[in-house]
Amino acid sequence: MKITQGTFSFLPDLTDKEITAQIQYALDQGWAVSVEYTDDPHPRNYFWEMWGNPMFDLKDASGALTEVLAARKAHPTNYIRVMAFDATLGFETTRLSFIVNRPKDEPGYGLVRQEADGRNIRYTIESYAAKAPEGRRYE
Amino acid sequence: MGSPADRYKSGVMPYAKMGYWDANYEPKDTDVIAVFRITPQDGVDAIEAAAAVAGESSTATWTVVWTDRLTACELYRAKAYRVDPVPGNPGQFFSYIAYDLALFEEGSIANLTASIIGNVFGFKPLKALRLEDMRIPVAYLKTFQGPPTGIVVERERLDKFGRPLLGATTKPKLGLSGKNYGRVVYEALKGGLDFVKDDENINSQQFMHWRDRFLFCMEAVNKAAAATGEVKGHYLNVTAGTMEDMYERADFAKQLGSSIIMIDLVIGYTAIQSISKWARRNDMILHLHRAGHGTYTRQKTHGVSFRVIAKWMRMAGVDHIHAGTIVGKLEGDPNVIKGIYSICRDSFTKKNLEQGVFFDQDWAGLRKIMPVASGGIHAGQMHQLISYLGDDVVLQFGGGTIGHPQGIQAGATANRVALEVMIKARNEGRDIWNEGPQILAEAAKWCSPLNAALQTWKDVTFDYTSTDTADFVPTATAS
Repeated sequence: MKITQGTFSFLPDLTDKEITAQIQYALDQGWAVSVEYTDDPHPRNYFWEMWGNPMFDLKDASGALTEVLAARKAHPTNYIRVMAFDATLGFETTRLSFIVNRPKDEPGYGLVRQEADGRNIRYTIESYAAKAPEGRRYE
Repeated sequence: MGSPADRYKSGVMPYAKMGYWDANYEPKDTDVIAVFRITPQDGVDAIEAAAAVAGESSTATWTVVWTDRLTACELYRAKAYRVDPVPGNPGQFFSYIAYDLALFEEGSIANLTASIIGNVFGFKPLKALRLEDMRIPVAYLKTFQGPPTGIVVERERLDKFGRPLLGATTKPKLGLSGKNYGRVVYEALKGGLDFVKDDENINSQQFMHWRDRFLFCMEAVNKAAAATGEVKGHYLNVTAGTMEDMYERADFAKQLGSSIIMIDLVIGYTAIQSISKWARRNDMILHLHRAGHGTYTRQKTHGVSFRVIAKWMRMAGVDHIHAGTIVGKLEGDPNVIKGIYSICRDSFTKKNLEQGVFFDQDWAGLRKIMPVASGGIHAGQMHQLISYLGDDVVLQFGGGTIGHPQGIQAGATANRVALEVMIKARNEGRDIWNEGPQILAEAAKWCSPLNAALQTWKDVTFDYTSTDTADFVPTATAS
């Protein structure tokens, strides 16, 4: 399967040139770009590891791409995403988030159903990969 | 006006003379201001008609009463202070009326509306009356909770950024069993939609009781989340005959782990405020379907404009509101719809007469409502939808998903690919308004569901004249 989190996951993987264009768009809006990575792709794993702080003072998209490439080199089998943060009053939140690296093989998730009283079911979504300890997934 | 003794002499007196008209009145920052479109009966003076509206929507009755003198009546009287002819519509007037804050109970849409749209709409000296817009003072806004979740927090919970959300309403809207209904939900979510939605009249009929629907829909939501790695949701409609029933249904939705519930506008303002407080307490996104609004929002001369309903709903506190598509099958002049979207999404909405917005409105930090565009839209219009409506909107393709020739999943995928490819192109600096069809055609080469969608619906448009339009047109000014 292919995990479809992020803004462009239904499209073919973005090339480095296409990634740079999206970063440039974010910078043009005044947003701060950052890079994050993880080997735990649970849909509610909100806190991926930060590849450094958001690049608040960056003006040039190619500088951010350098960080994407460095994160890819360090974590080639992980999910890596580019985020853009908007500090404007009324937003103060992420405005864009797209995946720029993913494992070659994505085993996906199991759905665990615990039958409860009545016809209630308690659902648990479990990533097959995340059953291995952190850092030893997707090897 | 003469002496108080003359003013309070028994008998009838023109409203304008009773103190409901004051051309020199300067509205206070704390006043509620309403602008009405009035159509007086033949022979009724516009200023007297405006004063009558002010009177009947505040303290007046048809005759003088001495008991006014037991009160600070001058404060309680609403004041009409401005009457302008409506451009291009002889016999109609925009009348501006200011109401002191002392007239209203804190945090109550029911109280506000009982005055502003209470008796006055049946008043005989007027042929017709329409509430066009309101300015709500910051002091009054701060007594309302507002949306329980808001756009920012909704996106953070869903972990979805940078694009409109995608939804669909399950069809047919009536008759499916719970199991069949859940099938539609699962297929659409797995195919790429973020949300599926109950329709307004899906409550608890004999073909599908509400518990059955909730259980099968949550199976579909969780199964689709596991299949995609994304947060998914289904708006479970908790609309019912009593508030107690609604709370029971909302509690069950919460117990099942749903992230969102839904209500219909016809439940009424007080029920909406009650379920909104429940939603804030229980971390639930609250979707509002505006069932019934067309009965009083659509005709320009009589009723309440939808922009006013949108303001009341931002105060009452809903997270989603159906607000028009412009290009779809339901009423929607582009300018009027843009004004309504501004009211939902701005921190500060600027006066814009061409868009029907009569006042600057500081939203005082009330959270933002995510507008929902639903009704007769399809993937081939994606460039128009994004250009008109922006990113913070739920685009709902019901027929455009479920009616896809290759199946529901393919329909959902077509919409998601069309959306992502268009956002990507826009961000890259392409002119999507003009190049949109070409951008879609390029993507259709590698995405066969999109290709099939474009072939099926390529010529479908709903090009009818809007009934609800703004009366102000841009005029060229000498520079």
